[in-house]
Amino acid sequence: MRAALICLQAIMLREAMRFVTQKERFLAALVRPLVWLVVFAAGFRAALGLSIIPPYQTYITYEIYIVPGLCGMVQLFNGMQSSLSLVYDREMGSMRLLLTSPLPRSWLLFCKVLAGVSVSILQVYAFLAIAAVVGIRFPASGYVLVLPVLIATGLMMGSIGLFLSSTIKQLENFAGVMNFVIFPAFFLSTALYPLWKMSEASVLLHDICAVNPFSHAVEWIRFALYGQMNPSAALWVTVCFIVFFAGSLWGYNPDRAVIRTER
Amino acid sequence: MSGVRAYPGLACAVLPTPAVTSSDRIPSETPRLQIENLSYNYGAKAALSDVSFAVHGGQFCALLGPNGAGKSTLFALLTRLLVPPKGNILISGTPLRQNPRAALSKIGIVFQKPTLDLDLSVERNLFYFAALQGLSKTEAAPRITEALERLGMAERAQEKTRSLNGGHRRRMELARALIHRPSLLLLDEPTVGLDAVSRTAITEYVHGLTREGLAVLWATHLVDEIEDQDQVLLLQQGRISAHQTALSLRGSSSLSDRFKAMTAPE
Repeated sequence: MRAALICLQAIMLREAMRFVTQKERFLAALVRPLVWLVVFAAGFRAALGLSIIPPYQTYITYEIYIVPGLCGMVQLFNGMQSSLSLVYDREMGSMRLLLTSPLPRSWLLFCKVLAGVSVSILQVYAFLAIAAVVGIRFPASGYVLVLPVLIATGLMMGSIGLFLSSTIKQLENFAGVMNFVIFPAFFLSTALYPLWKMSEASVLLHDICAVNPFSHAVEWIRFALYGQMNPSAALWVTVCFIVFFAGSLWGYNPDRAVIRTER
Repeated sequence: MSGVRAYPGLACAVLPTPAVTSSDRIPSETPRLQIENLSYNYGAKAALSDVSFAVHGGQFCALLGPNGAGKSTLFALLTRLLVPPKGNILISGTPLRQNPRAALSKIGIVFQKPTLDLDLSVERNLFYFAALQGLSKTEAAPRITEALERLGMAERAQEKTRSLNGGHRRRMELARALIHRPSLLLLDEPTVGLDAVSRTAITEYVHGLTREGLAVLWATHLVDEIEDQDQVLLLQQGRISAHQTALSLRGSSSLSDRFKAMTAPE
């Protein structure tokens, strides 16, 4: 147990140091949602009418609606970036160091995901702080209550990234895979438009949005920001985390030879 | 330690002289590495077929073989990056398959490809590795200092790994592999890409470690890294074609000529 905690601390510290040294990464992670918030949301404000849906108890502006989705976006990109760095580590060989540690592989991979989550949470709070500065604020309790939710949603997105990294054989294939994950996950979700709005356009699209794990992550964040619970979203996120993390363990199982040998 | 020896090419760096001479090497009773009937296939292609051998404490065992002979596959199996469908691997008597945690904790590894975080300092890299072995900062600190001193790297502890040359990076990886005090050291072509001075220094240093009782399995295709008293395992097309001392293998000819003759296509 003690060894496992030492290992967790070291992996999280390493990720934090990487994060501190890679200022561009932090900046990019902030600029992306801010562009959506300031430019995209301002443009769509007039075009999109939003009815009163839970957790909102009154009419809200589009900027307010979009913020939880952008928090999810930060975590989605972070999860995928962690996955990219895992593929890179594997290509460069440093993943071998991790996988040959005597500690259980499941724990090592969980530590990796959790380290990525901690970085994504810092990014989300930085984004929420800037949003507050420009006038988009949430109840004070929401900022606290959203923390455990961000851990859970971050773990889910991190485990999706981990699973993907176990299936991608080469770094060059990563960009292609990302196009089939990040964009569909984001656009076919409730991040930008509520579910009922999507059903007006297409029942099929509505159904896809409804089963998209990212939609549930966004909705859980949205409810938590208003101090409310969303049990179905919590269940979806938890189940997805378990499924994708189990898939990652399968993917990184030494029987499957995810690490290519130099023959 | 009976004294220190200058690290070749680096006046400021010193390595300890082994306490015993090469003729004193007496293999310990329990093999540090025992491989029994190990086989591994990539699809239909057999990479290793029924490989069995043992390496004892105090032995330097050179794993020789041409490209594609199965050396790296064997190393991947020994480090549990792959799991063999057939055969057993025992590290100091501990089966790797049944008890990977205990077995892996007894192995020090220097991979063929560098596995360092270039953005971290030398010391930070070593602390990271120590933590992956479950060693706390307090436990690891004196071991890291000792390992760096032994390899003449103490003055570079705070340097970014990126700023080190290839030889220093390799020495650092060697220092790292020894932090948790393994009983078996695996090195997969550790001198590839190094200049002659660094190559000789690392080869001599690792030979010195065997005189202190460590078991070493050193994969290479460079026969000049092997000394006469070393064990040689010749791996060809996934099978062991020779397992004896370098001296008895080469006879009156040079090891290089003998290796070429044995591995020449028929």
